[in-house]
Amino acid sequence: MSIVETSATPIKGLQAAGTKELVRLDSHEHERNPGGPLKLELFENMSINLSAVKRRASTLATRRTVKKQWQAAWLIRAIECIDLTTLAGDDTPGRVRRLCAKARRPLRDDIKSALGLGDYDLHTGAVCVYPTMVATAVKALSGTNIPVASVATGFPAGLTPLPQRLAEIRFAVGEGAREIDIVISRAQVLTGNWQAMYDEISQMREACGDAHMKTILATGDLKTLSNVYKASMVAMMAGADFIKTSTGMEGVNATLPVSLIMVRALRDYFEHTSYHVGFKPAGGLKTTKDALSWLILMKEELAGEWLKPDLFRIGASSLLGDIERQLEHNITGRYSAAHRHALA
Amino acid sequence: MNDTNDILNTMEYGPAVEDASEALQWLSDHKGTFGHLIGGKFTEPKEGSTFKVSNPANGEKLAIIAKGSKADVDLAAKAATKAATSWAALSGNQRARHLYALARQVQKHARFLAVLETLDNGKTIRETRDIDIPLVARHFYHHAGWAELVEEEFPGHVPAGVCGLIIPWNFPLLMLSWKVAPALAAGCTVVLKPAEHTPLTAIAFGEICKQAGLPDGVFNIVNGDGETGRHVVDHPAFNKIAFTGSTEVGRIIRKATAGTGKKLSLELGGKSPFIVYESADLDSAVEGVVDAIWFNQGEVCCAGSRLLVQEGIAERFYDKLKARMEKLRLGNPLDKTMDMGAVVAPVQLENITKCVASGVSEGATLWQPEWAKALYESNIKGSFYPPTLFTDVESSSNLAQEEIFGPVISAMTFRTPDEAMALANNTRYGLAASIWSQNLDVAFDAARRVKAGIVWINSTNLFDASVGFGGYKESGYGREGGREGMAEYLVPEWQKSAAKLPKPDDFAEAHPVGTSTLAKPDQLDRTMKMYVGGKQARPDGGYSYPIYDYKGNIVSEAGLGSRKDIRNAVEAARKADGWSGMTGHQRAQVLYFMAENLEARAGDFAEVLSQSSGLSTTKAMKEVSASIARIMYYAAWADKYDSEVRAPAANMLALALKEPYEVIGISCPDEAPLLAMISTVIPAIAMGNRVVISPSPLQPLVAGLFYQVLDTSDVPGGVINIITGKRDTLAETMAAHDDINAMWYFGDQQGSTMVEQKSSGSLKPTWVNYGKARDWYDAKQGQGKEFLFKAVQIKSIWTPFGV
Repeated sequence: MSIVETSATPIKGLQAAGTKELVRLDSHEHERNPGGPLKLELFENMSINLSAVKRRASTLATRRTVKKQWQAAWLIRAIECIDLTTLAGDDTPGRVRRLCAKARRPLRDDIKSALGLGDYDLHTGAVCVYPTMVATAVKALSGTNIPVASVATGFPAGLTPLPQRLAEIRFAVGEGAREIDIVISRAQVLTGNWQAMYDEISQMREACGDAHMKTILATGDLKTLSNVYKASMVAMMAGADFIKTSTGMEGVNATLPVSLIMVRALRDYFEHTSYHVGFKPAGGLKTTKDALSWLILMKEELAGEWLKPDLFRIGASSLLGDIERQLEHNITGRYSAAHRHALA
Repeated sequence: MNDTNDILNTMEYGPAVEDASEALQWLSDHKGTFGHLIGGKFTEPKEGSTFKVSNPANGEKLAIIAKGSKADVDLAAKAATKAATSWAALSGNQRARHLYALARQVQKHARFLAVLETLDNGKTIRETRDIDIPLVARHFYHHAGWAELVEEEFPGHVPAGVCGLIIPWNFPLLMLSWKVAPALAAGCTVVLKPAEHTPLTAIAFGEICKQAGLPDGVFNIVNGDGETGRHVVDHPAFNKIAFTGSTEVGRIIRKATAGTGKKLSLELGGKSPFIVYESADLDSAVEGVVDAIWFNQGEVCCAGSRLLVQEGIAERFYDKLKARMEKLRLGNPLDKTMDMGAVVAPVQLENITKCVASGVSEGATLWQPEWAKALYESNIKGSFYPPTLFTDVESSSNLAQEEIFGPVISAMTFRTPDEAMALANNTRYGLAASIWSQNLDVAFDAARRVKAGIVWINSTNLFDASVGFGGYKESGYGREGGREGMAEYLVPEWQKSAAKLPKPDDFAEAHPVGTSTLAKPDQLDRTMKMYVGGKQARPDGGYSYPIYDYKGNIVSEAGLGSRKDIRNAVEAARKADGWSGMTGHQRAQVLYFMAENLEARAGDFAEVLSQSSGLSTTKAMKEVSASIARIMYYAAWADKYDSEVRAPAANMLALALKEPYEVIGISCPDEAPLLAMISTVIPAIAMGNRVVISPSPLQPLVAGLFYQVLDTSDVPGGVINIITGKRDTLAETMAAHDDINAMWYFGDQQGSTMVEQKSSGSLKPTWVNYGKARDWYDAKQGQGKEFLFKAVQIKSIWTPFGV
């Protein structure tokens, strides 16, 4: 006797945009955000209440849950949104190839079949590597439509000179990366130098060309939610296709309160410009519960379109393994073990 | 069609229904019938006097409950009385052990209680699981601590005695805990009358008490409806009645208990403002509205049901709010993905529907989410009502004034912070307020100026056992939670054996023409006047009455005050609001100056006292000296009766702010006419109140001298207003005056009863003596924190912080 909500539109104006038939999950359905002039008045006076945001964030996952086949489907969607990532000093071509193989086939066939997805083209959202590993990854993923994402711009600190950072983007794009995860200069946020931040990111966007640009804000370094909101707005005005929380190297990685502020920022940006910008939490999302919490966040704060990989990615490496075990449990009713699933 | 592929397309949540089998099993183990809990035994319901309890989410019967008769209440009261002595005789530590055991037992059965509450009330399992039941456990833990500390923290106090507790259906178990925990901690025994819609968790709690080894008779339940409640209110065994419910019923209870000496605390209705300034974090404020009015289907006395938004941001805020409303989920309350469940009963659904229809007919603009259509079109059996927003609401509309007790919020706009406060306080109620601004100055200014017992800054509907909860104005009086909540279940020990005052001499109202010995050709006539707004005033009616000395000679005359004199005095007191805004230090200075000037004229006062009451000069001087000392005593307190700060959560401070009532009416005693007047008036003004007093009608002349002292002591006009005349005539006008915020009466039993009855109109708190004597010279009885506590109302201000 439960009343199920209808597909409601969260923000005035979205209704006109309509919803398109789902064709390819990994194709970008929306016109790219071209960026625009820096409009300080849209964010400069923004003040965010931490305790209220924490309260909302902490009740998101207590107000909603998904069980049984719904949970299974949501976890499949989570897999489709994962940027399967290796960003370590000991990365080798062999390591990257193994990761790519996992990206192509993230779930055991028998589990897929049991979920009624035998013919479903299931793969992760992307594979994310360092620039020097892009070529290896592109080759390993040939024949698929899985994009290779490369970090760039002096990842993770972003403190190499700008020409080198721009050159790094061009290198990665030249190697075949279709997505570039850039890092911002935190100093520009911490000193409120929005114009400099805007100029720098605009140049990076230009260097990306057709490759989609994910802008890493390194929110653990920005500390305050107001900083996070302002940095998000500047990044979008400068042409970010995605805004991303963390490199995974800061003291604090993606958190729900920070993510809530970032998705509210992209909701506001959409309200002002009608352009869709994606969101990518990264770092610290390790469990099934984390994945579901962030999907719930996207569903509750945004329209349904943001629940697809062209507007939502999760930067993770170990998360997939936990999802695989949960899905097997979902089918068999037995708690699964890590060794029953292929290593990423 | 719920295969993985479909769900991937829709990304719907799907059902996630909490298993109710254990709670249902419990009901069936009891064959679905329940009696009362009296003296540790559950009674069998008698045929013909039962009522049915249903699940509001589907209309199905849950149980048959015994309806308590007068005889049942009597049995329960006897059981509680029998248990009272030994319960009160336990050491604090022993009572703490019992309360601790109850807290533990609630925690151990938390999910069972949550499910049972959801079945019975219709609220979502998320709320019962995450809010109601954890708060219940917290309340018993907190009060286990108070049981331990009560003797040390409330010296000279004893338990109020046997308590009758009447609770509502909106938070059944939580309201039980709010009353039972402090009562038991204080050493009281109780009879609980749960709401007829929702008696089940109280019964389960009764079983918990037995499991936890609570002595028989300490906690008793009599189930029933309003009639049963009436029997509780009327039963003479109770020393204290605590009620949470509607203002209408609160009023009836005030009248019914008038003059009985029963302590009374009332948590009543509200129409609480939710104020969004342009400096607010709007997205967070939207979530605040969700927690304010769609929490528990809006069936919350402190629900933020009046949305006040600064005009410049109103449209944007409404858009955001509407978008959020589209995301709310309403349905099976046992489903863990629901924001809203069912309202408690079909009758409540009907009330809400009527209020909304009347709002529409008044011209306000109704908005409900798209999905509400599906609700209206469905053949759903339960009592469901969708979240509802009214905009274009005028302050004259019923939507802005009447409590709906449903998921309906009425929005208005304001232009300036001043206008926000004017609108916020434009209500008979004063329970809560929620204030949203990132600007500290704006938020704290509003928190101080809003007339409400609970203020949440950038938050809403937060509760904690350590933070007092209760209202201003017609939202009731008394606090639940914290130190101030404990005070509701304690009384000063000496009052238990206070003697009855002798009947005072008759008041000679008629002017005894021809018997006057006033005319003394060698002496210019000295006439005592009234004192209003810092000026001497003649009585509006133009009558005077004779003042006799102790020998029976007429020595003077005083104005015979009437309704209109009280009206003028209240207006003057209302205008003197600068006094309430002064610092304690500034008020102390005035009081010290007053003491100084009284001392300078001590001889005059002593002479008048001797003449009127026949006191020896020594004794008269003793009264004057005691009065001077008393003024100094309260001057000392003026800047030291500090507010408290609690920390109910991380990054959260809750101020327990002691605020003046503003205007207090005081009927002064006859005995010790100067000292008693000083002893009542000075603590009131020391705390920032302005007062309208009627001095002893038999010996008003000291009051006449006193206003001369006021004139020379920098007491601003209107702070103390003196109306002479017949005590009960003036008291009746004051008790019934809606612009007097509290009323103290020291006279006879009859007058006390009258004052309590008349106070029910505006539900002002009263303090009366029921004709009992108080030794004004004794520091324990004549001065102290009892007076200070009566002179303030406590406002809890929740202030979260963090960056």
